Amino acid sequence: MRTSREKVLERLREARLPPLPLPEVPASPVQFEDLPARFAQSVVDVAGSCIRVAGLAEAAAAVRALPVAQSARQIVSLLPEVVSGTLAIDSVDDPHVLEGVDLAVVPGEFGVAENGAVWLTDAVLKQRRAVLFVTQHLVLVVPARELVHTLHEAYGRILLGAPGFGLFIAGPSKTADIEQALVIGAHGARSTTVVLVG
Amino acid sequence: MNAHARAASPLVRDEARLHWHDAAVWNMRTKRDRAAHAVPDWEALRDSASRIKLHTLSRLPEYLEEFERKALALGAQVHWAADAAEHNAIVLGLLRDRGVTRLVKSKSMLTEECHLNEVLEHAGIEVIDTDLGERIVQLAHEPPSHIVLPAVHKKREEIGELFHRTIGTPAGLSDPKQLTEAARQHLRQKFMASQAGLTGVNFAVAETGGLVVCTNEGNADLGVSLPPIHIACMGLEKLVPRATDLAVFLRLLARSGTGQPITTYTSHFHGPRPGGELHIVLVDNGRSALLASETHRRALCCIRCGACMNTCPVYRRSGGHSYGTTVPGPIGSVLAPAADPERHRALPFASSLCGSCSDVCPVRIDIHGQLLAWRRELDARGLTPTAKRWGVGVASWVFQRPWLYRLSGRMVRFFGRLLPAGLLRLLSGGWGRQREVPTLPASSFREQWRRRAN
Repeated sequence: MRTSREKVLERLREARLPPLPLPEVPASPVQFEDLPARFAQSVVDVAGSCIRVAGLAEAAAAVRALPVAQSARQIVSLLPEVVSGTLAIDSVDDPHVLEGVDLAVVPGEFGVAENGAVWLTDAVLKQRRAVLFVTQHLVLVVPARELVHTLHEAYGRILLGAPGFGLFIAGPSKTADIEQALVIGAHGARSTTVVLVG
Repeated sequence: MNAHARAASPLVRDEARLHWHDAAVWNMRTKRDRAAHAVPDWEALRDSASRIKLHTLSRLPEYLEEFERKALALGAQVHWAADAAEHNAIVLGLLRDRGVTRLVKSKSMLTEECHLNEVLEHAGIEVIDTDLGERIVQLAHEPPSHIVLPAVHKKREEIGELFHRTIGTPAGLSDPKQLTEAARQHLRQKFMASQAGLTGVNFAVAETGGLVVCTNEGNADLGVSLPPIHIACMGLEKLVPRATDLAVFLRLLARSGTGQPITTYTSHFHGPRPGGELHIVLVDNGRSALLASETHRRALCCIRCGACMNTCPVYRRSGGHSYGTTVPGPIGSVLAPAADPERHRALPFASSLCGSCSDVCPVRIDIHGQLLAWRRELDARGLTPTAKRWGVGVASWVFQRPWLYRLSGRMVRFFGRLLPAGLLRLLSGGWGRQREVPTLPASSFREQWRRRAN
């Protein structure tokens, strides 16, 4: 008996479409003069906040001054030089344990100026990536030299294909499902603060 | 009255609600415009998106095999479903074999199309839709009325009442913030208790074997990062060839849908997470038949942004439920007759053919051209109502005889000015049901033009 796989592929082949060329995507003309300023504005546009600091020591001071950091009881930090965590992520096997996390401080690989998104991977978090979504508040620390103009540039530097998880996060979790009123904090982080360093 | 008009009449009769719905949906269109106009290479992006999709369709079997090979190498498991029933059986089988009785789902139009929830619930599995809008319509036992805003037809007070009745919120809540917070608390418990997560797929990348899922709420990510099992259900048409193609589609998708520059979470899954399982279910369910249709295959380029709904004067004034399909609005009216022409024969007529849908479509589907093509096809198959066929036949006969056309014009003007307005409204059929018949002019355009020329 033919499997569904064979059946479906055969049906598709029967369509006998004339092959069309794979288009080259033209480079985007979008180039911003002041990349960090534009990125910071884009983060605000997606309901996040952005703080620019000179170095990691200033980043530490800025994060500690955040009200969400001051009121946080459980903190997961992948950047101990910025904030020390109260929960060692390496000790967590079951991601459900992360449910009570108030604040997560994680490094972002780079930011995208056109939309305020920050690229992250689970290289360090692995099976504990749930912390990015269960935490009540999120701080992303991104080096200011690691900014790109557009998503085209972004995909030029992301290497996809190896096993793993990567994502763009643009601002806090949000919804407009009730009469299109924008509400921050649907299921994930109630706030996302991007700290731009350098 | 055709089936769509009949189904739309409850909303149309409630004038205040009709205007509220119209304005709510139009609001999304204006946001889309602002976002699109801020991107200087917007039209070039639409060109690229359209050409990438058409190329992918022209080599779909090869790309599916490449995708499958890569996904398997990453440790995912790939399942093929020829139709909805097989899709549902695969998902049910996966859950049963693993003893799953509590499943959380993020938005998937495909599982709506396949009516998966009913099948799983019938088998005793608790299925929780976790997108806020989807949860609202699930609690109300209704289908979504919009693919991006599933509960756009519901007022905040009605949602407050629904939540009070179903999840025990205090009576009288109507503040979206409070309602969203209540849903967050309610759904957090469901996320924590779930044994498996199911998501749709926005894009699948052939060259990497990866999946991309976009949400604003973070519900897809929460749903699949807590339990160890991730089931991703996708239609065959979700493929793009290269990872770099994602830039094109992601720049278009959220801007076209909600006017955001990108969704809050854009997650790229390559294989299962350590210690977990990733199952990818590839579903045909009529897509191969659509691919075989030279006229309609372009409809497979759709990325489900909802822009054609938001701009459509008929959708805005009839509501998503009036279409009786999973995907409503202009693109839904192209897709549905392909699946069941007899049942959905009214839908290609639920359009003024103004072409606004085609103008906003990020992948340049000629939606209004497709609707017109469907009208011809339905007529050729004898699926248009007798009255319409007869009426159009008479009109065609008259239009081919200029003297008769002029004579009938004169007669309509003569009697039209003589008869009382109420009777004229009756004679005008469906057209006059919600409109006043305008006063007919004393002379025709030709006559006026001739006088002007002299």
